Amino acid sequence: MRNLVRLTDTLGLTWLTPVARLAAGEDPREQFRAILFEIGVPFMAILVFLMLWAGIASSIHTSLGTLPGPGATWTQATSMIAEYRAEKLREAEFYQEQKRKNNERLARNPNARTTNWQYTGKPTYLDQIKTSLVTVFTGFLIASLIAVPVGLLCGLSKVVMAALNPLIQIFKPVSPLAWLPIVTMGVSALYLREIGWLPKSFVISAFTVALCSLWPSLINTALGVASIDRDYVNVARVLRLPFGVRVFRIYLPASLPLVFTGLRLSLGVGWMVLIAAEMLAQNPGLGKFVWDEFQNGSSESLARIVVAVLTIGVVGFFLDRTMVILQRLVSFGRPVNA
Amino acid sequence: MSSRPFLDIVKLEKSFDTPRGKLTVLSDFHLQVEEGKFISVIGHSGCGKSTVLSMVAGLTEPTDGNIVVGNREIEGPGPDRAVVFQSPSLFPWMTAMENVRLGVDQVFPHATPSQRTDICAWYLSRVGLAREMDKKAMDLSQGQKQRVGIARAFALRPRMLLLDEPFGMLDALTRAELQEVLLDVWARDRITAMMITHDIDEALFLSDEVVMMTSGPHARVGEIVPVDLPRPRSRREVLSHPDYYRLRQQLLNFLEGPASHSPVASRAAA
Repeated sequence: MRNLVRLTDTLGLTWLTPVARLAAGEDPREQFRAILFEIGVPFMAILVFLMLWAGIASSIHTSLGTLPGPGATWTQATSMIAEYRAEKLREAEFYQEQKRKNNERLARNPNARTTNWQYTGKPTYLDQIKTSLVTVFTGFLIASLIAVPVGLLCGLSKVVMAALNPLIQIFKPVSPLAWLPIVTMGVSALYLREIGWLPKSFVISAFTVALCSLWPSLINTALGVASIDRDYVNVARVLRLPFGVRVFRIYLPASLPLVFTGLRLSLGVGWMVLIAAEMLAQNPGLGKFVWDEFQNGSSESLARIVVAVLTIGVVGFFLDRTMVILQRLVSFGRPVNA
Repeated sequence: MSSRPFLDIVKLEKSFDTPRGKLTVLSDFHLQVEEGKFISVIGHSGCGKSTVLSMVAGLTEPTDGNIVVGNREIEGPGPDRAVVFQSPSLFPWMTAMENVRLGVDQVFPHATPSQRTDICAWYLSRVGLAREMDKKAMDLSQGQKQRVGIARAFALRPRMLLLDEPFGMLDALTRAELQEVLLDVWARDRITAMMITHDIDEALFLSDEVVMMTSGPHARVGEIVPVDLPRPRSRREVLSHPDYYRLRQQLLNFLEGPASHSPVASRAAA
């Protein structure tokens, strides 16, 4: 039970901590008060929000009907899950049918030609979430592979820092929408032959994400390395540690907490940028889903977009949590702000 | 120049540029220490005693003057002058063993890995951490961390040991315990040692000589008190030695007297 308390702390699930403490047999009165505060207050706030949402939404009449309230959104979410199930069922049936036909042919003639087609149904909502996640992580990976080494160099050398600082300051605030046309043209110039597993729209979205999300990682890595404890530097000097040992055994581990702060910010920025990039690059993810629904303009579209907005929020929240956990693991017992 | 002292500090000066002009913390600082001696440098806070140590370590550049260790003028920091810092300065992501090993790997490049491990293990067990070797530094107590700091310094087999208020951050009980650990390890190797402290009893218990500095600016050596208490020392014997309270009084008189506060007065007295 003690471990459970520590686990909820590590995972940043502070609202679960009093429940775990209660289970561990700590003073119930104190824990109930904590539960009331950690769970009761947010619960009330969400309830108030839902009521306001329902009230305001019903009074706004758009060309596609009234804005969807919580109820309409919920109905739409369940129907989207049903759509997903139906699509999966069709896919399974397709493969089953294909297999049955192949077996039949082989039974008639052992040398008969069999067919193995891929199922080409339309992507389900979950497929779109998956595409978005794969794209954001690809962009984030590219960004990290550039940002961390460059940040390290900036932190180690005042010359590199002075040289790159103006460029960083100028490119950092550029919106993804401004980068997108340039990335599109650049990728189009280099991407000459269609590669099946690597669609052009995916490359464009991933690179746009990378371009916009590398700055927080770069700046925080540089800051982490530059602000390393003087004592550590002195120990390294007294021991006359060679450059490689200094960088990999001292500078990098010492700056990991700040590096991860940067990576966490980068992933957050990347996720926001991705939605915009997908809308314009037509990468089949959540951004394209929102855009397509907007263009589609059926009576259900707005509710489907609201479901997408909530999905984007929840996925973003989980990405952030994951990074907080990683950050805690490398912080050597120092507290991390969630 | 047949027998130059092992540590020879000549006319050392250190000044800093401040917004209100040049501040000379230390000037005309001379100090000679024979090989194998343990000396303590004591003085009021801010008198620049840590700056002296930092310059001998090579971590700070002197403004003027020379520092010679074992007939060679020092050139930057190096493992031949091991430093025990006030904060243990261990790398928290490494184990106690790895922290010590980091320096040993640099100093004994021709030793086999198992020989290096043996050196580290030997010094870690000397400071009483035989069982904690594989613990991460962040999981050690403050006292244990400073024990590792001591082991790390000795394991380098340095020509000189520099201790910058090594026990300043510890509680009284742990401090007394660690003073004995330090004395015990030092007694084997008899490495020339220079310790900065502001604790009179600590200085008397450990050292052969106590160097008292005048207060800055323009701080310098005010008085050197030889401590001729027999070695090996135990705390009880030291405290009951007939000379102990006389020595203690002598140090107190200096620190509380005018000499430690005004460089002009101390020059007149000398």
